[in-house]
Amino acid sequence: MDTTAQKAKPLAVQARQRGGRRRSWRARLAKDRWLYVLLLPGLLYFLVFKYWPMWGVLIAFKNYQPFLGFWQSEWIGLDHFRTFFSNPDFARLLRNTFILAVYDLVFFFPAPILVALLLNEIRVGVFKRLVQTMVYVPHFISMVIVASMTYVFLTTQGGVLHALVEQLTGRSFNFLADPDWFRPLIILQIMWKETGWGTIIFLAALASVDVEQYEAAVVDGATRFQRMWHITLPAISGVISILLILRLGNFLDNGFEQIFLMTNSLNRTVADVFDTYVYFVGITQGAFSYSTAIGLFKSVVGIVLIFGSNYLAKRLGKEGLY
Amino acid sequence: MHSRHDSPYERVFDIFNYIFLAIFACVTVLPFVYIIAGSFATEAELTERDFFIFPREFALGAYQYIFSSDTIFRSIGVSIFITVVGTLTNLLFTLTMAYSLSRRDLMGRNALMNLIIFSMLFSGGMIPTYLVVRDLGLIDNYAAVILPGAISAFNLIIIKNFFQQLPPGLEESARIDGCTELGVLWRIVLPLSKPVIATFGLFYAVGHWNNFFAALLYLNDHEKWPLQVVLREMVMLSQLAVGDLSNMDPNFVKPPDQAVKMAVIVVGTVPILLLYPFLQKHFAKGVLLGSIKG
Repeated sequence: MDTTAQKAKPLAVQARQRGGRRRSWRARLAKDRWLYVLLLPGLLYFLVFKYWPMWGVLIAFKNYQPFLGFWQSEWIGLDHFRTFFSNPDFARLLRNTFILAVYDLVFFFPAPILVALLLNEIRVGVFKRLVQTMVYVPHFISMVIVASMTYVFLTTQGGVLHALVEQLTGRSFNFLADPDWFRPLIILQIMWKETGWGTIIFLAALASVDVEQYEAAVVDGATRFQRMWHITLPAISGVISILLILRLGNFLDNGFEQIFLMTNSLNRTVADVFDTYVYFVGITQGAFSYSTAIGLFKSVVGIVLIFGSNYLAKRLGKEGLY
Repeated sequence: MHSRHDSPYERVFDIFNYIFLAIFACVTVLPFVYIIAGSFATEAELTERDFFIFPREFALGAYQYIFSSDTIFRSIGVSIFITVVGTLTNLLFTLTMAYSLSRRDLMGRNALMNLIIFSMLFSGGMIPTYLVVRDLGLIDNYAAVILPGAISAFNLIIIKNFFQQLPPGLEESARIDGCTELGVLWRIVLPLSKPVIATFGLFYAVGHWNNFFAALLYLNDHEKWPLQVVLREMVMLSQLAVGDLSNMDPNFVKPPDQAVKMAVIVVGTVPILLLYPFLQKHFAKGVLLGSIKG
């Protein structure tokens, strides 16, 4: 804040010398007219596709009827919110979202850290690069393809993994329809797709560790595990805590596309999360106002979580994100 | 760093470490290999054998079948169109705005930055955005899958920060030589930013190629579907027949369902795999650019 004030000062002085503030802003507008022309498409984008929908959120407090339009539709206050909170679906959505987020935090979050630590212990450069090249691939593949592959592998009609499990256990699991398998599948998919890619940021932090630290530790007789624990892990602890804060801030954002793709009529009870529910209620059933209210509720909780986790980070002495 | 101080215990760790990482790498890649192999396999082979990497006999039936109607061709064309036009739109919108915002003396700059940052924290959500697109009359128009994501605020801020780090002397001397702002951007700033433009162009391009949901939301007309939507309908919902046997030799044996699905998956994956060497290089750079707090 202080630095911007200092930088702004000479400009203000210049402006006064050129004769008054009024002329100065016109002069600046004229001088920078091409910059404003360049700015225009981007500004229009934000106004139309970001801020117009924010205004449109107000239909959460209306009984929006498409044939009446926004202005003619009647205000109904908090009715949609009351309906939603008293609907049993609300508790179910909250539960599904929460469980998936906890699974994600417990099983997926540590995976790239672990793999990065293990990769860091590899001394054969060719092997390390080969592994990296292989495990980054799924990151670039679309969720549709990941879900499609899952279907092809697990279908009860000739899926090769399904057949393999059947041979081994003697039982036929319907992985794709059984609600009990929904959450493990989601977590396994995301681990398969993103664990490798997730290591990049940790490996970058590890690359900045001074080799001399390791050499000194060796001289002092530290074992591999002591070096890992006392040098490697502290080197990435900052990145870990920032990513953890970010994850907590987005706690409600389960991977929408992935869950949408893996949802079917048989696993809806455990699969529905806020975002997919908004889609089914809003787009499929056409309840625009009601689904907007649900989306708004989620957005507001999301903002509280982001600021909350950021505040927490600052309290813990870590650098905040905003 | 391999030292004589390693205890036998640590050597065991090393061996397990190599084995574990090798298995992990194989687990990530083998599904692709099996899908490719399976797309060339016969019905008998798919049902009899477990995992295989090479089919015993190469059958091209699945590919002949999926390319016998124009569904796949058309959807590939749509995907390429959306990717190319979409990425150009992204770059045009993002680079111009980032350049203007990189000028510290621009009046209203702070207000605009706040406008952008707020849009990252709070969004109108799916339904209000859908209603805006609908009110603009963009349903079933390719603009609906391109414009609502024309700028990623996150990318915009990173590119803006990059522009700010360019040496100001060059731009100033160009201006003194009578170059307009557009000229400075085109002749000085963009040539200096080629690697960054390549990185973010690829970011956007992969996003477009892989995008499925915007198309599902805004394109109702089946003829306008990109490959990802066709893939889902066909492989996951089994609701879309891609082949047309009436166009084929009467002796043609319909290939196994599983092989057809695998062939469609291969078609959707191959472009990404071909680009992979570039993607790996540039994306890693992008991740690290983004991780620097700006």
